[in-house]
Amino acid sequence: MEHLELFLKSIFIDNMVFATFLGMCSYLAVSKKVTTAVGLGAAVIFVMLITVPLNWLLDHYLLQPGALAWLGEDYADYDLSFLSFIMFIATIATMVQLVEIVVEKFSPSLYNSLGIFLPLIAVNCAILGGSLFMQSREIPTLGLATVYGVGSGIGWFLAILAIAAIREKIRYSNVPPALRGLGITFIITGLMAIGFMSFGGMLTGGDEGGKKAEKTISVEKNNSQPSTIGNSEAPKKEKVIASNIKVNE
Amino acid sequence: MGLLSKKDSRLILDPLADNNPITIQVLGICSALAITAQLQAAIVMAISVTAVVAIGNVVISLMRNVIPSKIRIIVQLVVVAVLVIIVDLILKAYSYELSKTLSVFVGLIITNCIIMGRFEAFALANGPWRSFLDGIGNGAGYGLILVIVGFFRELFGSGTLLGFKVLGDPIEKTGLYAFGYENNGFMLLSPMALIVVGIIIWVQRSRNKALIED
Repeated sequence: MEHLELFLKSIFIDNMVFATFLGMCSYLAVSKKVTTAVGLGAAVIFVMLITVPLNWLLDHYLLQPGALAWLGEDYADYDLSFLSFIMFIATIATMVQLVEIVVEKFSPSLYNSLGIFLPLIAVNCAILGGSLFMQSREIPTLGLATVYGVGSGIGWFLAILAIAAIREKIRYSNVPPALRGLGITFIITGLMAIGFMSFGGMLTGGDEGGKKAEKTISVEKNNSQPSTIGNSEAPKKEKVIASNIKVNE
Repeated sequence: MGLLSKKDSRLILDPLADNNPITIQVLGICSALAITAQLQAAIVMAISVTAVVAIGNVVISLMRNVIPSKIRIIVQLVVVAVLVIIVDLILKAYSYELSKTLSVFVGLIITNCIIMGRFEAFALANGPWRSFLDGIGNGAGYGLILVIVGFFRELFGSGTLLGFKVLGDPIEKTGLYAFGYENNGFMLLSPMALIVVGIIIWVQRSRNKALIED
């Protein structure tokens, strides 16, 4: 149940593109045609599936304060968390290379459809963002981390598929010349993001959802240190994480 | 300008308008949208990115003849990651609250496409001084958009600028609020950032017809 909840949350409520704006560069650059969008989206899901759990392992057994305790007493108070950026990005870059090589060897047809997108992915902020959010939201188990990775990947896939379909259609519309291309894409994405905000109360049910929304807004009005609130409270329950998402913005 | 030749000063001025990294080159959108609900965060982010892209450009430019082209992406990532770790530690040391506000977005400077984009497009082919100017110019162009978006979102969303209540106090009903003005809380939500950037692009392209896409 917990897994399903996190899965749905990372697809709809926490959507990488619409809630946190990650991976916008490739989202805007590669969304002109549905077929290429599907290719890149699939590659993102695939890489997220591998890198998020891998970085979870790194975080828990290498980087966190006290994570080196398994080496022995002497290592118990080391805190290597300042190295996490470089470790995460190195993992992602090498995994992308490795995935590229393996896919090329074993499935040339998949390589032909995914291959050209794989190098792009190393610098896609959604991938690094997935790992960094996994770290800052303190996702407790490896299973949940995997679910979170796949869910975020699918959320990103959905977003790029939707915008690519809209952009194919909008070519036949009479958009003001200055807005054509990039401008209108931004505004459509904004409207889609507003639409996705309606998923906010999906998992909490009616009343609770209403309260939560109020809380979110009041926090945003206060406008001080938005992202810390949930993180400091040791989010044992997923719900704490849920209310964070909007606050994070 | 004695210090900068005409060609060099173009390196700084071009990215501010006609070759802006965000509105024209479409690089580095993620952070531009996510942290602009407050002007202060936007300014800090702009300074951090400018520093990273300028210093990174110099480092890559110095190494450009010794990096084998096959592994250049990894080398670039390592250079950026090191610089970002330094920025992150400085922020944590000198303004902890702000670094909490920016949260993961400091780390995401690593994958900010502006940085990799400038490394690939400029630093790998040019000398250190020109690369430095290019970095400053692109950082400033990025910062400019961030500050504009941050300005409007904070002004209309919370009625403040850099935390100062420029429109009066909403609770005691002073200033504009005395006439029944209300803050538009919607401006603080993430989707509005996209729409504000969309409008900036609209204005810019209406003024300069050469930029219009077909």
